[in-house]
Amino acid sequence: MRMNFPQTRAVLLPALTVAACLMAWHWLVKLSGTDLFPTPLEVARGILELGERGLLAKYITASLFRVTWGFFLAVAVGVPLGLALGWFRSAYQALNPVIQILRPISPIAWIPVAILWFGIDDTAPVFLIFLASVFPITVSTTAAVQNMQLVYLRAARNFGIRGPQLFRRVILPAALPQIITGVRIALGIAWLVVVAAEMIAVNSGLGYLIIDARNAGKRYDLVVAGMVMIGLIGLVLDLLIRRLETFDEVRWGYGQR
Amino acid sequence: MDNAESLIFVQGCWKSFPGKTRDEPVHVLEQVNLEVREGEFVCIVGPSGCGKSTLLNIIGGFLRESRGAVRVAGAAVEAPDPRRIFVFQENGVFPWLTVEENVGFGLMSRPASERAERVEHYVRMVGLTGFEKSYPRELSGGMRQRVEIARALAADAEVLYMDEPFGALDFLTRLKMRADLIRIWQAEKKTVLFVTHDIEEAVQLADRVVVMSRRPATVQETVTVDLPRPRDLDAPGYLAARDRIFAIMGMDVHGGGAGGDPL
Repeated sequence: MRMNFPQTRAVLLPALTVAACLMAWHWLVKLSGTDLFPTPLEVARGILELGERGLLAKYITASLFRVTWGFFLAVAVGVPLGLALGWFRSAYQALNPVIQILRPISPIAWIPVAILWFGIDDTAPVFLIFLASVFPITVSTTAAVQNMQLVYLRAARNFGIRGPQLFRRVILPAALPQIITGVRIALGIAWLVVVAAEMIAVNSGLGYLIIDARNAGKRYDLVVAGMVMIGLIGLVLDLLIRRLETFDEVRWGYGQR
Repeated sequence: MDNAESLIFVQGCWKSFPGKTRDEPVHVLEQVNLEVREGEFVCIVGPSGCGKSTLLNIIGGFLRESRGAVRVAGAAVEAPDPRRIFVFQENGVFPWLTVEENVGFGLMSRPASERAERVEHYVRMVGLTGFEKSYPRELSGGMRQRVEIARALAADAEVLYMDEPFGALDFLTRLKMRADLIRIWQAEKKTVLFVTHDIEEAVQLADRVVVMSRRPATVQETVTVDLPRPRDLDAPGYLAARDRIFAIMGMDVHGGGAGGDPL
């Protein structure tokens, strides 16, 4: 098939892939003869059912609320922290080992501690999301500052720019493309972690939906419905945050393609 | 030589970097002497990697000399100074700012109206009118260098330090940029210290050409080019100056040896 229109192709190709996946899914369920695992159609009915019961909107809102808080707190802490670590050598030397020890601890491992500290309410998942996303943001911001081209710094110093001005007018904008990449990765992780956190620490949200649907009557159509919604919202979040990369102030940082 | 000290005054300047073994530092500059008078256009030429950029970076305040005296306008150079702006080889403009924001970068302390006026003036001078809102990535290499030159001029720098500013440009663009630079220099009465490895470029531009040796670099000889501008590239005086510099650098252009840039 020849497709000469790039826009048509950009829609058609993924649509075909999704259709093929759904077909394969459908036939594999049918062939296996399982009566627990749902077909795509049953999942779609499950999503409709959740929508009619008002649970879908409620759970999506709950999950997005937690991600929003945890993620924005992580940006608010991670970007300034990363800028400071990237710029001040002694701050890097003092703090980097601690960060590198905390970073590999899975947010899941923090769940018991989070419940101990914050109990069963929104604070625990927000804390977990914050923990999960603050490190990628900090590390990518630090690296962005450390890898900044020397020529920008020299030019700025030549024009007498220093102190807070230097951060605002040169270091931050020079690091911004790489910061955005880190923020984008962090949002993906945040969305991963909210589901895990909701399975244990709260009783609302898409993660809770999945664990609840399984425990209360093995409703696997609702389990998979929850998974599909998580995937779709993850896609939307990534599309939204990718728009940051199209701003003129940062486009220079992403190659010419 | 007049009694007053030259604007740029370098005497007995050494620069060494730590070598691979601790006891043997690498000497890049050795006993360099250089003087540039106000309003003069001086080119520094030398083989690639000889340390001429290092010298310019020391004079510009980005590096410190290991030994010797480096004074500009009577004061020892300790840091870069907004009155003396460096033009880098490439990518010196800020890619997150538009052309006009780049040109106005050094003018933030001035009132908005004056800033706009100066930006407009210098954007026009370097021939970029119509590109004010463009970003550097949308411009060619030559246009980006023009932005950088305009940024330096707009900040009202008394001195321009230019480190092979046209080195990354294609041949025709380079010729055009040289002619434009001379025109701007004549209009603005700046002092220019210009580093290049291109002998032809040096002879086309400079009042004096300072020829440096291989590493550790020192000033071998200074050739005065007393020719009217714009220069006729076939004039006997031009050819004589060029051949003189080739000879100092150990190249015989008429002996069937390699001509052009000694790389």
